[in-house]
Amino acid sequence: MSRTDWEVVIGLEIHTQLNTQSKIFSGASTAFGAEPNAQACAVDIALPGVLPVLNKGAVERAIRFGLAIGATVAPKSIFARKNYFYPDLPKGYQISQYELPVVQGGQITLQVPDGKGGAYEKVVNLTRAHLEEDAGKSLHEDFHGMTGIDLNRAGTPLLEIVSEPDMRSSAEAVAYAKALHALVRWIDICDGNMQEGSFRCDANVSVRPRGQAEFGTRREIKNLNSFRFLQQAIDYEIQWQIELIEDGGKVQQATVLFDADTGETRAMRSKEDAHDYRYFPDPDLLPLVIDSAWIERVRGELPELPEALSARFQGEYGLSAYDATTLTASREVAQFYLDTVAAAGTANAKTCANWVMGDLAARLNKAELDITASPVSALQLAGLVQRIADNTISNAIAKKVFEALWNKEGGDDANAADTVIEAQGLKQVTDSGAIEAIIDEVLAANQKSVEEFRAGKEKAFNALVGQCMKASKGKANPAQVNELLKKKLG
Amino acid sequence: MIESSLKDIAAALRDKKVSAVELATESLARIEAGNARINAFVTVDRDGALAAAKAADERLAAGTAGPLTGIPLAHKDVFCTEGVLTTCGSKMLSNFVSPYDAHVVSLLKQAGAVMVGKTNMDEFAMGSSNENSHFGPTRNPWNTDKVPGGSSGGSAAAVAARMVPIATGTDTGGSIRQPASLCGITGIKPTYGRVSRYGMIAYASSLDQGGAFGYSAEDCALLLSAMAGHDPRDSTSLEQGAEDFGRDLAKPLAGLRIGLPKEFFAEGMSDDVRAAVDAAIAEYRKLGATTVEVNLPNARLAIPAYYVIAPAEASSNLSRFDGVRYGHRAADYGDLNDMYCKSRAEGFGGEVKRRILVGTYVLSHGYYDAYYIKAQKLRRLIANDFAAAFQQCDVIAGPVSPTVAFGIGEKSDDPVQMYLSDIYTIAVNLAGLPGLSHPAGFGAGGLPVGLQLIGNYFGEARLLNAAHQYQQHTDWHTRVPAGV
Repeated sequence: MSRTDWEVVIGLEIHTQLNTQSKIFSGASTAFGAEPNAQACAVDIALPGVLPVLNKGAVERAIRFGLAIGATVAPKSIFARKNYFYPDLPKGYQISQYELPVVQGGQITLQVPDGKGGAYEKVVNLTRAHLEEDAGKSLHEDFHGMTGIDLNRAGTPLLEIVSEPDMRSSAEAVAYAKALHALVRWIDICDGNMQEGSFRCDANVSVRPRGQAEFGTRREIKNLNSFRFLQQAIDYEIQWQIELIEDGGKVQQATVLFDADTGETRAMRSKEDAHDYRYFPDPDLLPLVIDSAWIERVRGELPELPEALSARFQGEYGLSAYDATTLTASREVAQFYLDTVAAAGTANAKTCANWVMGDLAARLNKAELDITASPVSALQLAGLVQRIADNTISNAIAKKVFEALWNKEGGDDANAADTVIEAQGLKQVTDSGAIEAIIDEVLAANQKSVEEFRAGKEKAFNALVGQCMKASKGKANPAQVNELLKKKLG
Repeated sequence: MIESSLKDIAAALRDKKVSAVELATESLARIEAGNARINAFVTVDRDGALAAAKAADERLAAGTAGPLTGIPLAHKDVFCTEGVLTTCGSKMLSNFVSPYDAHVVSLLKQAGAVMVGKTNMDEFAMGSSNENSHFGPTRNPWNTDKVPGGSSGGSAAAVAARMVPIATGTDTGGSIRQPASLCGITGIKPTYGRVSRYGMIAYASSLDQGGAFGYSAEDCALLLSAMAGHDPRDSTSLEQGAEDFGRDLAKPLAGLRIGLPKEFFAEGMSDDVRAAVDAAIAEYRKLGATTVEVNLPNARLAIPAYYVIAPAEASSNLSRFDGVRYGHRAADYGDLNDMYCKSRAEGFGGEVKRRILVGTYVLSHGYYDAYYIKAQKLRRLIANDFAAAFQQCDVIAGPVSPTVAFGIGEKSDDPVQMYLSDIYTIAVNLAGLPGLSHPAGFGAGGLPVGLQLIGNYFGEARLLNAAHQYQQHTDWHTRVPAGV
């Protein structure tokens, strides 16, 4: 069978750390990076006799998420104990949700890049999202022959978001993970910091012959903390499973780890030695009851969601689905774009989009700056767009002006673009007399090109236009140059 | 003075007839004299007690004393006490000094009560005889060859031996009522959620409830009033604030309807216990109460349900004792798993291991529905039985234990026989109801017999009222073991 005869099935489980000040069941701080065990209180280290008390802020964030994906926010959900021994799990059990999670169902619509510069729409259904506590960390490197335990992370609130096995390629899995990453930041429930482990992905991967109804046996790749690793790990895993089956082997259900150095996955434990977690309802916590008044209050506080905003960008501003999705990748980018359009005018929305996604994004990327730290403000960019629109400058000159704005040559005011255009004399030349004079000069100096053009070489015309633009230092209106040059030669 | 009622001790303190330091000294002397025989205390905190007594005397002098200020008391060693060893009767915690106070402990500190020490108990509150303690069995002050009951046997024995006038305990399946009965004192377990479990080392979280021991219902009312109240650190703590459980003590019993569960009187009770229980019920009738037969058809299922639910919760609750952060860690071990296995094998006693194994089993994949879920359904049925019974009566009366105190070693080899000694008390915990035991005479070998009163939810004041009125007309509760 060839690669295309196989269908890939992927489901993701994503652990998002919720951005509450304190832990999910104790008052200790959740801030990242403190000295080991400096942020572990009696409850976190599981002293004898201590009890958990649920942090309402964590619940509120789960509700936000549930509403944002159109899920059911369970009126009653249950915390359960997941029992297993590990040194960084102080109680010997993790408080999680099992049979009745707080968020049930829901879906996310995403744009998946098609690899040909375009994108297609994909709906991924979610199974559930549940609240649980994070474990501590085992530090194996710093101690010879021993393991250090840091319990600062123990008790940090997590929302584990579980998708249906709806994805059919690593590209879809990555697009889904990115959309979810954008969403949790958008609704401000998670800082999305993947280096610090705030957003961690587990991927369940299986393959089946195309057309087969049943799923193949899956293997779960644990703890992928970048989109690149997610893609690499899944791609490797798919290839590995297909080759195994084609060689007559059988996939065994297993948990696997991805080695970023080798780019390979390797089995950590098989189904046979899978834990029996002995889940049961935690008798220390009451059922989590969420009434409709609470849900409605949270709904009232939700910002306009990326999907809705993306639809608005397409409907009102005429942007493509892909552009609209790109501009709603984060709340900050969307806000910058909205501010730019508000100042430049809806008629210029498309041009604004091109600038925000194009030159500005590239420049920010190069400088490793967040859009909130952009040296060019939304109002300044709008000023620039307006000067393009009203033909004061050409696109080519606009790039020059943008560069000047980036370097603060126009100051901090909203009209910085005008200041630059004025100071550097970049205003487009639209006076036909002046342009004709330039053309005459160019024609006189480039007789060879003129002859070539007359001999039928179209390219020579473009060369002459280029010469004219150059002679005008880019300021001549290109359309006028074209028109007048044609007349002169014709 | 220690043998007096709390009311009299408090009056003497107020009238400067005795100081808190003198009281603490008397209590410490009695412990010193009797503990070798009784083994009621695991830890005696002489310095802490004298310092607390001195502070209590200052409060008495300043006129800011409460009803418990200066009163010596003992805490069951299940309650965490800052700076004082908290062993829970286990080798596992034989070296554990808590860095914080349980909610109950801090409330009683604030009340000015003087803690003289920590009392012996069945390891992790698992047992009905106090024989399961790493620190040796506690002995019954009425006959030191007999058990004091358990798991709060140390507290019950300490009060019975007049070492302290009051003590705290916990009751998961009868662990206050049964030792109170076997030791001839009064003990009350309130409605589940009345007393914060924060800092009370968990055995079975959905059943554990702190409570009080004293010579009388009146004394228990004072202690319980100081222990109870909402605690935001315990999610299962009831919203109700503190209340005065002694508010109805003086109420006459005319019109009190006492339910007598048919199932409690059918069989199993020994003759001496039956005689004392019947006599006590007759006394209640004399005081104006009426009796009515009620049915608790599912009560017989309480023991099997309990021995699924309690071990299930215990197996999880005791996972934190892994030798990693505190408590016993084996001296020699290979890898991590070996450290766990050896530390826990060495740190836990037989009964604790048995319940961890049972609990692990009933929660296992494939058995969970058949055991744990089924037991929860039984629990619901048992609670419904009580609800129906309370349609017909105000309190339910019956025996606490089928027999008087049994011999040390008598049931140690037969855990099921031991479990059956809790047959009358366990259903109350499954339903979350309040229950009380008060002295009701003596049975075979001159050993005390208790009467159990079970109340409806929040019915503590009614239970204490009934028991107090009974104690106004009887003197069983004033009897003191010989040699004390």
